[in-house]
Amino acid sequence: MMERMVASGLVGFTRLLVGARAQWRAEATPGQCLYFANHCSHLDTLAIWSALTPEQRASTRPVAARDYWDQPGLRRYLANRVLRVILIERRRDLQAPDPLTGVFAALEHGDSLILFPEGTRTPDRLPQPFRGGLFRIAETFPAVHLVPVYLDTLHRSLPKGSHVPLPLYCNVRFGAPLKRDAAETRADFLRRAHAAVCALAEPIQAVSP
Amino acid sequence: MNAEQKLLWVFAGIVGLLSLASASGWLLARRKGQTSVIRNLNERVRAWWIMVAVLGACFGLGPSATLIVFALISFFALREFITLTPTRASDHRPLAVAFYLLVPLQYWLIHLEWYGLFSIFIPVYAFLGLPALAVFAGDTEQFLERTTKIQWGVMIAIYCISYAPALLVLDLKGFTDQGALLLLYLMLVVQISDVMQYVFGKLFGRRKLAPLVSPSKTVEGLVGGGLSAVAIGAAMWWITPFTPLQSAAMSLLIVICGVLGGLALSAVKRSLGAKDWGSMIEGHGGMMDRMDSVSFAAPIFFHVSRYFFTT
Repeated sequence: MMERMVASGLVGFTRLLVGARAQWRAEATPGQCLYFANHCSHLDTLAIWSALTPEQRASTRPVAARDYWDQPGLRRYLANRVLRVILIERRRDLQAPDPLTGVFAALEHGDSLILFPEGTRTPDRLPQPFRGGLFRIAETFPAVHLVPVYLDTLHRSLPKGSHVPLPLYCNVRFGAPLKRDAAETRADFLRRAHAAVCALAEPIQAVSP
Repeated sequence: MNAEQKLLWVFAGIVGLLSLASASGWLLARRKGQTSVIRNLNERVRAWWIMVAVLGACFGLGPSATLIVFALISFFALREFITLTPTRASDHRPLAVAFYLLVPLQYWLIHLEWYGLFSIFIPVYAFLGLPALAVFAGDTEQFLERTTKIQWGVMIAIYCISYAPALLVLDLKGFTDQGALLLLYLMLVVQISDVMQYVFGKLFGRRKLAPLVSPSKTVEGLVGGGLSAVAIGAAMWWITPFTPLQSAAMSLLIVICGVLGGLALSAVKRSLGAKDWGSMIEGHGGMMDRMDSVSFAAPIFFHVSRYFFTT
């Protein structure tokens, strides 16, 4: 109950601060989804999470770095109780044999996920090359819809190194799920997934009314 | 009649007009069906009800509430302006200052009725201070372009728009403490001019005024809308310190500034690659789409009134 109220407060706060309007460039995808997006600021997780519908949000968990979210106080509370973040260990020396165990468990459980396949934030408009985790997940769960997402203004709202977010309007653009191709190599798949996010970065020609 | 009674009468008139607009929109939709023009018309009318309600609440609650609402309007307008402007990470500090310091400070100065400072604060101190802040990021790439765009956004969205509520603290000869009427007069003439231009344009519009800058503006709309706004403005002389003739001249000035503001800001918007500033106000686009004419008309109206009508 408490968590639900905090959740709607968090959504309201995020929308007030950065807009976080959802733009579906394709039919909204029903069912279990893996939303993968470019990563440019600490607000990314909240922005995508807030752009989802309440039903989608209830079954969607963000995958995020332990070193950022697992801090005592508000952040840990939000991560564990409200966002239900699946924490990923980025420090190699602390990593379990398979850092993706938590992700696999959540997908088996039927949850949708928010994932940033670059693994780190980039100050640029377009994402860096994707890491391999996305391919392993895609390979292991062929039924999950892989939905590309592009965050369009957040790299300006809260660039790396700054602490005060600018209240610019951010759109969260959702694309059509990636087509599956079992014969594709890892490198080809990652390139195609990367291109799908980059394609969303381009504005569509305005349709005049 | 005292100022409060005048306010009430004008608002009653506006509510009457809007009811008429809602009724005609409903009739049109019933007769001709939901075409995109009619749907947009009805959306606009609905948004007008909300905007009039907000303005009415401002006047009811007093000058401080009006200042807070206009500060929010500036904040949202600046938000739309900067969102469309391709700034870089190195502009972060001046932008944070613009949003979180300049907006409240400018309106605080108006609240203090400190004319000597609020009228130069942004053109002097912010104009020089913003590039001085930006320089510390050590990024010379397109420095002039980036700085100019931030200064433009701050000038239009904060400084120019703040002149509308600054009318509240303008003391004109024989017209003390009636600033709210002057603000209402400005908003009424500007917005009626916009609405009548739209109506005349839709009904009689043939020749496009500036097809590349603002495709919906027509010569017929401009002339018909402008003239009817001047006529309505002149007829409102009794809420101002002006004679009917002076009021007509002032309305003409407001209408001309409003049109030029609409065109200039439409050109700015298009040079930034957008059709609407935003999507905040249903049917109208963004906050800047509604405030573009005000941003040009308010400062000029303020200073012309001050020059001719103060002791």
